Amino acid sequence: MRYLPHTAQDRRAMLQTIGVNSVDDLFVDVPRSAVLAKPVDLPDHAGELAVERTLSKMAARNVAAGTVPFFVGGGAYRHHVPAAVDHLIQRSEFLTAYTPYQPEISQGTLQVLFEFQTQVALLTGMEVANASMYDGATACAEAVLMANRLTRRRRAVLSGGLHPQYRAVVETQSRFLDGEIVAAAPDATGEEDLLALIDDETACVVVQNPTFFGHLHDLRKLAEVCHANGALLVVAVTETVSLGAVTSPGAMGADIVVGEGQSLGNALNFGGPYLGLFATREKFVRQMPGRLCGETVDADGRRGFVLTLSTREQHIRREKATSNICTNSGLCSLAFTIHLSLLGEDGFRQLAALNHARACEAAARLAQIPGVSVLNNSFFNEFTVRLPRAAAGVVDTLAERGVLAGIPVSRLLPAAGLDDLMLVAATETTTEEDVAAFGDALAEVLR
Amino acid sequence: MSDVRFTKDHEWVRLEGDTATIGISEYAQEQLGDVVFIELPTVGADVEAGGDAAVVESVKAASEVYSPVLGRIVEVNDDLEATPGLVNESAEDEGWFWRMELSDPDELEALMTAKDYKAFLEGLD
Repeated sequence: MRYLPHTAQDRRAMLQTIGVNSVDDLFVDVPRSAVLAKPVDLPDHAGELAVERTLSKMAARNVAAGTVPFFVGGGAYRHHVPAAVDHLIQRSEFLTAYTPYQPEISQGTLQVLFEFQTQVALLTGMEVANASMYDGATACAEAVLMANRLTRRRRAVLSGGLHPQYRAVVETQSRFLDGEIVAAAPDATGEEDLLALIDDETACVVVQNPTFFGHLHDLRKLAEVCHANGALLVVAVTETVSLGAVTSPGAMGADIVVGEGQSLGNALNFGGPYLGLFATREKFVRQMPGRLCGETVDADGRRGFVLTLSTREQHIRREKATSNICTNSGLCSLAFTIHLSLLGEDGFRQLAALNHARACEAAARLAQIPGVSVLNNSFFNEFTVRLPRAAAGVVDTLAERGVLAGIPVSRLLPAAGLDDLMLVAATETTTEEDVAAFGDALAEVLR
Repeated sequence: MSDVRFTKDHEWVRLEGDTATIGISEYAQEQLGDVVFIELPTVGADVEAGGDAAVVESVKAASEVYSPVLGRIVEVNDDLEATPGLVNESAEDEGWFWRMELSDPDELEALMTAKDYKAFLEGLD
């Protein structure tokens, strides 16, 4: 039995009202070549037991991050999420993916958002943070649009150290909003100089720290040159845990900081849902996209929380809104805040130190292998190695041997001529045995 | 007493010499309620008649303020940044938004006089 509420007669009446003959007529704008002319090739329905058996068999073909030595990063990191996080986010008072639409009745949710914003502002060294975006890449694109509004310019300079997927999202968003993108070449060695690309038409410069290739930079000089030209410095952070060890972007002069918050509280989840972080200076707050929770007092002087500055938002200001985002990653931000609260400031710093130490061990081990060199002079928990041959084949061979080695740079930058490079990430979940297994297997494969 | 003209979008214009001062009407501020923020245009910017020039944000809504006439912005009321409430207290005087040089002062003739505007408002109720 199919649970469709409309009868054939209902559908006929609706089609007649709008003046078309069939439902297919509504899709005439889809090019013929893109239309699937035959039924989707899926098996027929089956009983629950049979479906479970089939899907379990399919799922077993995945090599899960937690089951083998795992060194994959590139903007998504495997960290240990305390069991308390999952328990607490599932409490019925909290469990919703959304920001509430009658917000002030949900004081607990608003308080968590307020604390989340406070944490993000402290981590990034900024004055104000919003209640979160969809993910790091969309937050990055929003930062570019915000810089265009603030400077009344339209040109963004993107560093070659910016994650290629972030760059792609920025380019897509800008294409339809009259933005101009100047993208520097991929910067595997961390030596690029963006200063020459900045002039009085630059709206913003977008850099990532640590970069996609793992390099760390002192951004103070860059910030100075940006500001001297009336441009804004946007800093993207794809590994939030790095902020426990690295000078914050805010302290180095950033005007907008965006980030991927998945590392705290959120598992890899096959790539999403993730958590976009967005922070800026207070003077720019009215051009900041997204929801913002504020602290206030009620009629009796008691502390309370509200959604504030919402007249910037799409549901009130329509096409003149700062962004089309009307929501936030509620559940992911809750997990972030609970995880970071459990860690505390000292715990967060220790976690960062541990990540760096594990990565140092991995880099030292790999550098011993003949033909393998580490490109980085500095890194946090991820670095780039050069292999004596194409990295993609090596990574595949290692996967067959039960080691998930890292990301071949060619997977994300296929035409950059960087086929012999591999990104390697380590976290607190990496053990000495993992490093040894990786080192031994790579040495053997390259022999 | 200089001549004040009004638009259907509830802006007022007062011409003094070659310079026009623009703000929102007493009626507009009443409709908006407490004004909490004003985004002013940039000095030196050219604006068209009917084009966006400023944004006024109240506790209820954010609204565009349109330039009633074509011209170049020569001054903005910086006091509104710190005290947007001036618009509520004195919409048609101290709560002015910007001053501009007009490209064509005759454009003002097409706008409503105070008397016409009063009749227009009565028609709205």
